[in-house]
Amino acid sequence: MDTIFLARTQFAFTAVFHFFFIPLTLGLSIFTAILETAWVKTGNERYKQLARFWGNLFLINFAVGVVTGIVMEFQFGMNWSEYSRFVGDIFGVPLAIEALLAFSVEATFIGIWLFGWNRLPKALHAATIWLVALGSTLSAFWILVANSFMQYPVGYKMAADGSRAEMADFFAFIFNPHVWKQFPHVLAGGVVTGGFLVIAVSIWHLVRSTKERAAFETSLKFGAIYAVTGAILVTLAGHAQMQDLLKTQPMKVAAAEALWESENPASFSVLTIADEKNLRDIFAIRIPRLLSFLAYDRFEGEVKGIRELQKSYEVLYGPGNYIPSVVTAYWSFRFMVGAGTLMLLTSLFVLYRVVKGNYTFSPRVGTLIIWSSILPWIANSSGWILAEMGRQPWLVFGLLKTEEGLSPASVVSSTELTLSLGLFIVIYALLTFTDVWLLRKYAVAGINAPE
Amino acid sequence: MDLHSIWFIFIALLFTILFLLEGFDFGTGILLPFMGSDDRERRSVINTIGPFWLGNEVWLVSAGGAMFAAFPGWYASLLSGFYPLFLLMLLSLIFRGAAFEFRSKFSNPALKRVSEWIIFGGSLVPALLWGVILSNFISGVPVDASGNYTGALSNLLNPFALAGGAASALTFTLYGALFLSLKTSGRVKERAIGIAKKLWAPATLSLMVCIACSVTVTSIKPGILPLLSLLSLAPVIVLLQKNRSGVAFIMTALAIIFTALAIFTNLYPRVLVSNLNPAWSLTIYNASSSEYTLGILTVVALIFTPLVIIAQCLSYRLFRERVATDSELEY
Repeated sequence: MDTIFLARTQFAFTAVFHFFFIPLTLGLSIFTAILETAWVKTGNERYKQLARFWGNLFLINFAVGVVTGIVMEFQFGMNWSEYSRFVGDIFGVPLAIEALLAFSVEATFIGIWLFGWNRLPKALHAATIWLVALGSTLSAFWILVANSFMQYPVGYKMAADGSRAEMADFFAFIFNPHVWKQFPHVLAGGVVTGGFLVIAVSIWHLVRSTKERAAFETSLKFGAIYAVTGAILVTLAGHAQMQDLLKTQPMKVAAAEALWESENPASFSVLTIADEKNLRDIFAIRIPRLLSFLAYDRFEGEVKGIRELQKSYEVLYGPGNYIPSVVTAYWSFRFMVGAGTLMLLTSLFVLYRVVKGNYTFSPRVGTLIIWSSILPWIANSSGWILAEMGRQPWLVFGLLKTEEGLSPASVVSSTELTLSLGLFIVIYALLTFTDVWLLRKYAVAGINAPE
Repeated sequence: MDLHSIWFIFIALLFTILFLLEGFDFGTGILLPFMGSDDRERRSVINTIGPFWLGNEVWLVSAGGAMFAAFPGWYASLLSGFYPLFLLMLLSLIFRGAAFEFRSKFSNPALKRVSEWIIFGGSLVPALLWGVILSNFISGVPVDASGNYTGALSNLLNPFALAGGAASALTFTLYGALFLSLKTSGRVKERAIGIAKKLWAPATLSLMVCIACSVTVTSIKPGILPLLSLLSLAPVIVLLQKNRSGVAFIMTALAIIFTALAIFTNLYPRVLVSNLNPAWSLTIYNASSSEYTLGILTVVALIFTPLVIIAQCLSYRLFRERVATDSELEY
């Protein structure tokens, strides 16, 4: 098989699975820290029980996030050695900082937190879980700094011989406008992912009226506020990010909207069946002016279309096809926004019930809400598919095409790539299955379950 | 001294810390299935490294990240060239990490046993692979003019490399047994001491074979360091007989430090040696990042590395006592 296809599939597969665990790590670490702080402040033992309960689910997930992350760090050198040589001067820096400043904090303090319940004073113990949450958050930040360079390279210069990109201005690099829009979006996505798991598990217990009803009412109260906060922030951050993408990556926006021609005012697609080859609609329903409004907060303003961008890129970068897969970009965007909207509505509904003090959910409503906990995962995965697929054919936008970054076939053969892809698929499937099974087991067992 | 050399030293330091910490961590994992006669005893073994194993992996991630950032040419050629070895290492670490976290969450005893054997394999394979990788560092590998590895897997599994793998696996297991003798109590501790006594001879022998090979197979002038490494390992058996496991542990750690020093001083200023043409070797100059990037990395490393080391020392201090079967066990 084609080495580029195999390497891209492997990256997509390992990245999506890695990000299956990461948002929950982000969301649950902060949530556990909030509950433990509530315990320290009030002395109420229920908060401690809840912190231990959610901390336990957090741990089941945490280790898998870590080990799948190590794969990501080494995969660049293994499958993408030309890419690593081309951008190492820049891209390696945030990865090194992530290891020394972020991962080190979470990995060291998670051990202290887990084993330190009876050894550390309460407040100090709570501080360790905050450090874990801080480490996870910083870790996300530095990885996104690296990713943002691929999306919108800034702060670099080309080496004199043109062989690689080199860091020219470290501060321009970390103040890349792209990352300051992307990071809040990803972090809020983590909060909402954690919030939905809390809501789902709490409601599971409330529907069944288990003995731990009172504890799960408290849990739901915290979870609902947390999920609504996350859902609102992720929407606002996503909106800001999309407005920014019009400046940094207009082609991604045009593809996500299946906007073939530049329009002013621009219309928003409700449903498009696209004929990708001929760059036209087969069937489309569009709302006039709405895209301009989303883009500029007013009902006019030009949004550039795919054809015009293609022409301008040909002038800029020479002949070639600069259009990503429109169908992928279009539908991943719609899945993300659709799931996001449902998350906002669901979490608001739960919060409304909590505010009313009504914790009784009928089995039907309960089941619906429990299943809605998969919505964040749909949104997270489609968001990354849009971000990465919408950047194609570039690996580093405007600097390096995806096929140019691959390890030479003489070094890494298609046999090696096929074998490693196959192994990753089998092992990750096993890992995810066990992880979900254990999460479910411990979620269902409840707060006072024997260790 | 230029920034390139400073970063070579820093990466050598990261690898040395990695071997010092992951060494006993892997050793403990390898010994796990043989150390306890019941679940409670085996749990106490896992809990000796319970608070630390993730923190120890920080040094692998840091070494990888630092290599990528400071010497992208080294990172790219090494990982793409040694592909099967690193693939195997990653898969082992995935299995191992998941098994540590999941084992205590399974209620089925069979799944607990399976987890123990996964921890065994997931620790043994990386312990072997590091010896194989480091031996190839010093013997050199087929690297062409563009810095790409041109050999096959069989080149990496040459006799010298296999001897290196045996040496690292045996030394790490001995080191793990000594760690357990300090961190456990009762029957588990007795067993650990017994195993350490048995492992001393094969570990020392394998290290001697490696040193002899490195002199005959390669053009390396070994100098005093490998000798110091052997001299550190030699008295371990005597110390064990005198019930001085603490000193024995430190001597084994010294042997690991001297071996790492021997490897990296012989490598310098090269990072990946070409056995096709010495001029094609990757060096700290032709495989490195720009001066500007190395400067930024230096500031970052100077601030954060000491902080990480301090935090980890505090963690080791906080959980310094022995783990008994009646201790509070989290894993």
